Amino acid sequence: MKGARENPAAATAGAAGKSGASSVTTRAPGSIEVYREDFERKMSGPDWLRALRKEGMARFQTLGFPTTKNEDWHFTSVAPIAERTFRLAPLGVGGVKRADLARFDFGENGWHTLVFMNGAFSEELSSNAVLGNGVRVSSLAQAINSGTPSIERHLGKIAAFEQHTFTALNTAFISDGTYIELAADTVVEQPIHLVFVSEGEGVSHPRNLIVAGRHSRATVIESYVSLRDSGYFTNAVTEISLGEGAHLDHYKLQRESEKAFHVGTVQIREARDSQLHSFSLAVGGSLARTNIYTSLDGDAATCTLNGLYLTDGTQHVDNQTSIEHIAPNCPSHELYKGVLDGRSHGVFNGKVFVHPEAQKTDGKQSNNNLLLSPTARVDTKPQLEIFADDVKSTHGATVGRLDDVAMFYLNSRGIGPETARMLLTYAFAADVLETIPLVPLREQLERMVLARLADEV
Amino acid sequence: MLEINDLHAGIGDREILKGISLSVKAGEIHAVMGPNGSGKSTLAQVLAGNPSYEVTRGTVSYNGQNLLEMAPEVRAQNGIFLAFQYPVEIPGVSNAYFLRSAYNEIRKANGQEEVDPLEFLDLVEEKLKLVDMDETLLSRSVNHGFSGGEKKRNEIFQMAVLSPRLAILDETDSGLDIDALRIVAEGVNKLRSPENATIVVTHYQRLLNYIVPDYVHVLANGRIVKSGGKELALELEEKGYDWLQGAGAGAGAVA
Repeated sequence: MKGARENPAAATAGAAGKSGASSVTTRAPGSIEVYREDFERKMSGPDWLRALRKEGMARFQTLGFPTTKNEDWHFTSVAPIAERTFRLAPLGVGGVKRADLARFDFGENGWHTLVFMNGAFSEELSSNAVLGNGVRVSSLAQAINSGTPSIERHLGKIAAFEQHTFTALNTAFISDGTYIELAADTVVEQPIHLVFVSEGEGVSHPRNLIVAGRHSRATVIESYVSLRDSGYFTNAVTEISLGEGAHLDHYKLQRESEKAFHVGTVQIREARDSQLHSFSLAVGGSLARTNIYTSLDGDAATCTLNGLYLTDGTQHVDNQTSIEHIAPNCPSHELYKGVLDGRSHGVFNGKVFVHPEAQKTDGKQSNNNLLLSPTARVDTKPQLEIFADDVKSTHGATVGRLDDVAMFYLNSRGIGPETARMLLTYAFAADVLETIPLVPLREQLERMVLARLADEV
Repeated sequence: MLEINDLHAGIGDREILKGISLSVKAGEIHAVMGPNGSGKSTLAQVLAGNPSYEVTRGTVSYNGQNLLEMAPEVRAQNGIFLAFQYPVEIPGVSNAYFLRSAYNEIRKANGQEEVDPLEFLDLVEEKLKLVDMDETLLSRSVNHGFSGGEKKRNEIFQMAVLSPRLAILDETDSGLDIDALRIVAEGVNKLRSPENATIVVTHYQRLLNYIVPDYVHVLANGRIVKSGGKELALELEEKGYDWLQGAGAGAGAVA
């Protein structure tokens, strides 16, 4: 593994994409100063929040943008973000109507939906469903203004930013997002859908906080979407605290515009017996990075991290996951699949750390990639570090192309190469979609994936 | 229906078929027999259009058209069906979806309207009975996790649904117990008609007790070394293939 880090070619599968020269990132002090200016202009909120934001800004300035020498960014150059100047995106809905967003809905009966335009909550575009007692869902800005004590207790405490520059940057600009609080034993049947719509060429820093009390249960979907093909930057952070025995199904659906930049981090802390089921879809963006980081803090906490990325053209889509096995008896399961076409570049880095106390850990991780074109490329790096001695763990990664024998089998039944290619590609992706327990969402994603594949051939 | 004339084919530099000539008319069943490595399966694959094989010489005409110029899916759309010796597993695609896609592609190519899933279900129900399989087969992934016998029955089921004009069965009997063999043979016999033809490729005479051929051809070293009526199969069963091996003039063994 060490050798692979020092020699990128050794860990590279598929045809070479960009030349080596372009992968060196330069710090762009110019753009950092612009963030600083906007930070100072937008300073507001209670003292504790100002202090937190200042810490974030200071850390961001110290860290700067990562280069590919940074191990976490080895295969992804953020130069396109670092070298551009993104001002804070303007507020207001800009003529967008509820009906324009209908295509991002799932299910027939109108889920509880919070809509954000360029990171700011829009009451008029949102719609409410009856969620029952014991659950609070509001914009983060409203929750901060009304002095909710649990926000101060959790915000900035789960998503670490000492080493994560984009989380530090998001923290510097905390202003709005979603706050969800579930009282103990509350079961919310209705899914809660958060829709982040971006427009224009600016940057937004949505910040979400989900605090799930003991034995509570909910389903939360974050959709990152755009109505036009604009080159904005979304830098989102979601912090999740799962109390004892809490169960959260979390979906992150990255469907940004093809010109957009997206960095999204979801960071979770799981108490004893809690369950996290995370699904991450990444299909949009010209340069996109998703981080799903969970920490199994309490005995017998479990997590399932699944994901699917579909890339085409010159897209660069990076997925990083991290599972920290802190406590004993925790099972973790992870399945990520990638379908890469055109000259696109996919990256998967899945880290599993098993700490010395985490005996009886049962970890399974796999990452499978399908290259549809000779110029598509994927770098995959499953990474397992075990410091306990009584551990069951498997991990593996594959990179392949469509099977000629299967192709001929379909052709011999009258199915032409284009349809056959679509069918086999869909079949490759289908098993990870099948793990989605939320049926209307699964069906919609299946249709979406099929449509996208049909579009490509 | 099918006229094969001096067909030579192989993989890379290795020639496997070394001059096959064969004529098949509508309503006929031809058995192609021969020892392992004689080129039987290659012949079946070449007729279905497997791109791994290269045809280096000879002609194949199918209903007056040049078969060798047709893509595999076009051959299927024109009524050719190959029951695979090793049916391919496709996890993630249901049998129903797969077969309906095939059925509709073939209909489309022949200027017919596509059928919807419900119509399709009606249509396949009786065909399932033909191979003694129940509806759960439809929702399972194509051949995925199927037993050897189930895979072969699934091939015959597909054949029944797609109702080809020329069916080629490539060692459909290998690895089948006697009950499965009977089911498969009954399926084939029920589909027999004066308009259709079948080529049965097999190593053993056993299958020909159930599917009675009009002609039997013995392949050795890439050539047809003997042709005859159904009695020839019995003779082979008795004497084995050795007495015919020499008949392929100057032919070397094919691995």
